[in-house]
Amino acid sequence: MNKQIAGYINEHLDEILERWTIKMEDEKDDRFFQIMSEKVIDNTVREFGELVVFSLTESEEVYRVKLNDFSVKIVRYGWSVTFVLKALTNFTHVLYDKMNEDGYLNEQNIISYTEIMTNWITPLTHSIVEAYSNVWDRTVHLQKMALQELSASLIPMFDKISVMPLVGTIDTERAKLIMENLLHGVVKHRAEVVLLDITGVPVVDTMVAHHIIQAADAVRLVGAKCMLVGIRPEIAQTIVALGINLNDFTTTSTMQRGVEKALALTNRAIVEVKDK
Amino acid sequence: MNIDSVDIVTEWDIVAARQLGRNEAKKVGFGTVDQARITTAISELARNIYLYTGKGNIAIKEVTEGNLKGLLVIASDEGPGIADVRRALEDGFTTSGGLGAGLPGVKRLMDDFKIETVVGEGTKISATKWLR
Ligand SMILES: Nc1ncnc2c1ncn2[C@@H]1O[C@H](COP(=O)(O)OP(=O)(O)OP(=O)(O)O)[C@@H](O)[C@H]1O
Ligand SMILES: [Mg+2]
Repeated sequence: MNKQIAGYINEHLDEILERWTIKMEDEKDDRFFQIMSEKVIDNTVREFGELVVFSLTESEEVYRVKLNDFSVKIVRYGWSVTFVLKALTNFTHVLYDKMNEDGYLNEQNIISYTEIMTNWITPLTHSIVEAYSNVWDRTVHLQKMALQELSASLIPMFDKISVMPLVGTIDTERAKLIMENLLHGVVKHRAEVVLLDITGVPVVDTMVAHHIIQAADAVRLVGAKCMLVGIRPEIAQTIVALGINLNDFTTTSTMQRGVEKALALTNRAIVEVKDK
Repeated sequence: MNIDSVDIVTEWDIVAARQLGRNEAKKVGFGTVDQARITTAISELARNIYLYTGKGNIAIKEVTEGNLKGLLVIASDEGPGIADVRRALEDGFTTSGGLGAGLPGVKRLMDDFKIETVVGEGTKISATKWLR
C-alpha cells in the first residue's frame, strides 16, 4: 500500500498542496505567510510534498539527504519547529480527507492506511526535530567559538604594558579563559603592568569581582601588576554597594588615565613635542 | 498589573533574568545608576539560586504605592532554605568560597528587602527599588 499512497499523492499533489496551503494560512499567529514571498512558499510547500513522497518510495539514504537539505533550509528561513510540525499534522489531515472523499479508503484498508501513516509520520517527526536540534547545536557551538575568539586576549601596548579589553557577559567558563590568557600573556609579553579594561562588561556582580580579584592576585604572583580601568560611574556605585574592596587595585575610569599611570609605574611618560 | 519571570536552571538563565530586569527598569523610568543596581541585585539573587538550589525563578513586577512607582524583584526557590539568615546577611559569609557579598549587597542595592525561608522547603526573597 506504500506505493499506492505515494502514487496517489504524486497524482494529486497539486490539489493536496493547495488545500494544505489554505489550511496553513488559517493557522493563526504565524506571520510567516506575510513575511515569505509567495514563490518561496510555493516552492517550499512543493518540496515538502515531494519529500513526503520520497519518504514512501526512495531508499533510506536518499531520503535522509533530502530531508536534511530541507530541514536546514527551513531552519534558515526561521520557521518555528512548532509551525513545521503543525504543517506535518495538517498534511496528514488533508491527505486523509482527500483520499476519503475520493473513495480510496474503505473498511478493509483503513487499518493498514493508518498503520502506514503512523509508521511514516513518527520517524519523519523525529528526523525533523533532530535536524532542527542539529542546526541549533551547531549554531550554539559556533557562537560559543565566536565568543571565545572575542573573549579576552592580552594585547601588548607599550614595552612592559599590556591591555586586556573585556567585552560582554563573564560566565564561569570565560572567567577561566580570562585568567589563563592573562597569565600566559603576561609571561609571553614580559608585561610589568596589565590594564584590565571592563568598559564593555555590562554587569559587575560579586562573581565577576571575585574573578577579577583572583586574576589580579595571580598576575601579582608572576611578577606583574594589574590595573582595573574603564569603571563606569554606575558600576563604581554598585561595586561600593556590594561592599567589594578594591583597595589593593589601582583603578581608573578611563583607559587614557590608566595608560598614564602604567607609564608612570614603569618610569616613563608621554610628552608633547614642540614643532620643529 | 505587569508580571514577568525567568526560570533559573542554567548559568545563562542568570543573563536572561538580568536582561528582563534591565528592560523592566527602563520601562518604569529608572536612570542608568538604578538600572545597574537593579540588574546587579537580580544577578546576585539569580546566581544564588543557580549555585545553592536545584531550580528557582526570578519574577519582576512593577509596583505602586501611593504615587510612588517601583520595581519588585522576587527570587523564589525550592532549595534547602537558609538556616541562619542573620549570618547569611553578614558581609563575608559564604559557604561556597565566594566573597559573601551577594545578599548583604542586594540589601544595600535595593530599598526594601525581605527574606522568607524554611529549611528544607525553600527561600523567597523580595526586594523593591523605588523610583524617586
Ligand atoms: N537561595 C538560597 N538558598 C539556600 N542558601 C542560600 C541561598 N542564597 C544564599 N544562600 C546561602 O547564603 C550564603 C551567603 O550568600 P551570598 O550571596 O551573600 O554570598 P555567596 O553567594 O556565598 O558569595 P557571593 O554572592 O559574594 O559570590 C551562601 O553562601 C549560601 O550558603
Ligand atoms: Mg551569592
